[in-house]
Amino acid sequence: MADALLQIEDLSKRFGGIVASDAITLDVARGELHAIIGPNGAGKTTLIAQLSGEIAPNTGRIRFDGGDITALPTWRRSGLGLARSFQITSLFLDFSALDNVALAVQAHAGHSFRLWRDARKEPELRQPARAALERVGLGHRADVIVANLSHGEHRQLEIAMALATRPRMLLLDEPMAGMGPEESARLVTLLRELKRELTILLIEHDMEAVFALADRITVLVYGRVIASGAPEAIRGNAEVRKAYLGEQQVVTHA
Amino acid sequence: MSAWLTPRNAVNAAIVVALALVPVYAWFVGNAFVLTLSTRIVILALAAVSLNLILGYGGMVSFGHAAYLGVGGYVVGILAKEGVTTGFVQWPLALAVSALFALVVGALCLRTRGVYFIMITLAFSQMIYYIAVGLDRYGADDGLTIYKRSEFAGLINLSNKVAFYYLCLVMLLAAIWLVWRLVNSRFGMAIQGARSNDRRMRAIGFPTFRYRLVCFVIAGTMCGLAGALLANHTDFISPAVMHWTRSGDLIVMVVLGGMGSLFGPLVGAVALLVLEEALSGVTEYWQIIIGPLFLLVVLFARGGIDGLLGGAGAHRG
Repeated sequence: MADALLQIEDLSKRFGGIVASDAITLDVARGELHAIIGPNGAGKTTLIAQLSGEIAPNTGRIRFDGGDITALPTWRRSGLGLARSFQITSLFLDFSALDNVALAVQAHAGHSFRLWRDARKEPELRQPARAALERVGLGHRADVIVANLSHGEHRQLEIAMALATRPRMLLLDEPMAGMGPEESARLVTLLRELKRELTILLIEHDMEAVFALADRITVLVYGRVIASGAPEAIRGNAEVRKAYLGEQQVVTHA
Repeated sequence: MSAWLTPRNAVNAAIVVALALVPVYAWFVGNAFVLTLSTRIVILALAAVSLNLILGYGGMVSFGHAAYLGVGGYVVGILAKEGVTTGFVQWPLALAVSALFALVVGALCLRTRGVYFIMITLAFSQMIYYIAVGLDRYGADDGLTIYKRSEFAGLINLSNKVAFYYLCLVMLLAAIWLVWRLVNSRFGMAIQGARSNDRRMRAIGFPTFRYRLVCFVIAGTMCGLAGALLANHTDFISPAVMHWTRSGDLIVMVVLGGMGSLFGPLVGAVALLVLEEALSGVTEYWQIIIGPLFLLVVLFARGGIDGLLGGAGAHRG
């Protein structure tokens, strides 16, 4: 694909005898919201970890904006504009919400060998951080220590931190996990806004959200891509129904 | 809310004022020992402040921090023995060698985590301990007497106990001030972020290794200064200064006073050394009392003495 921002070519990752990623080839076009679905243990989070650089693949190649990033460390990928959120909330619990986001801003505001000025009084860090908090609806909670925020607020903060790195592409790992229906609906609205500005790779179990948001959907089962296409095509795909959607429908109609 | 008038600040201020008045008190009661003990407290508090920078703020549990006391002390002692008594050479060299040692140790140790980090820092300090034991020319096991304290061209006479004490106190307060600036700077935010969640730090774009390494070097250098002061204080340097139990003492001071609090290490040093002094007068088994006390602090007062002074959620640093 000519206008792919992220290209995954033949990516494989084995853990002992388990094949977590099995020759995954996938393009994410600039500006699209690409969802990855699949049953538990399909290797979705392992895929994200390889894209963000926490896990090295055994074989294959990852390109971002044309450049090969397969061997780059995590922090360099972040510098190129690839931001991720974590499925299991991963925050700085003893800092305030604003401090958390300000750190993300700071990571992309030059080096941090500034040893003297009070970082909490630097408007160039605090203002963008506050803006990112407002964006996800956490503006009023800026000064609360993160350990005292609710689960839903943690999920929002995850996204605010990813946004504060001013990314070109977001890798969102189950951003709605554990959220109530109201919070989920608010997040869907936010993601709909964000997809106008950013390319997004979304892993999500909430099928309603996935089908409402995705431009394209890829289905992963046992580390293999079994289907990839527009939402309607996926909904109608017999193999997908059998492997994945079918189970859920049985559950919901039961 | 008057942000400055807290129990914590009151206690910290009281300790600093008391330390500043020690020479006056010693002169009044004609007791030179109080001054000697206080000098020792202040110097070891400086070492504890430097350890707190990596342990409390950076989450790097170095079990070999006393090595820098030895490195700084031996540079002063060896130079003095070789006839170089000017502090303008001794002290910068003591700091430089400590920094270099910290750079090498840090570059290797900071690739590990948790127990491995503790063990490998311990291994390095044991290594330098045995190197010192092997220095036959410089007293080996028995240590090296320093016959002449560092000279500063008449600016300050370190043989004057009061002048030397105030020099140590100024160094300590300067170190606390430096740590205060550091931990609230961008650098300090990066260090504390890496303690809290290193994985997330890398995910948002921080190359955390280099910040942690620089922090490790700053702490080692600061402790090297404490070593240079200690050698001058005791007119003596020996491998015992670097023994792993001394590294343990420094950790106890930091944990007892409060990890990641500015004045915690000073409070901890005062508490530990005064208790040690008082209890060793009562019984030679004073460790039997300090041990359980330390256990109680670790179990029930995670923030140390500093944590007991301030409410939960108090602003760290």
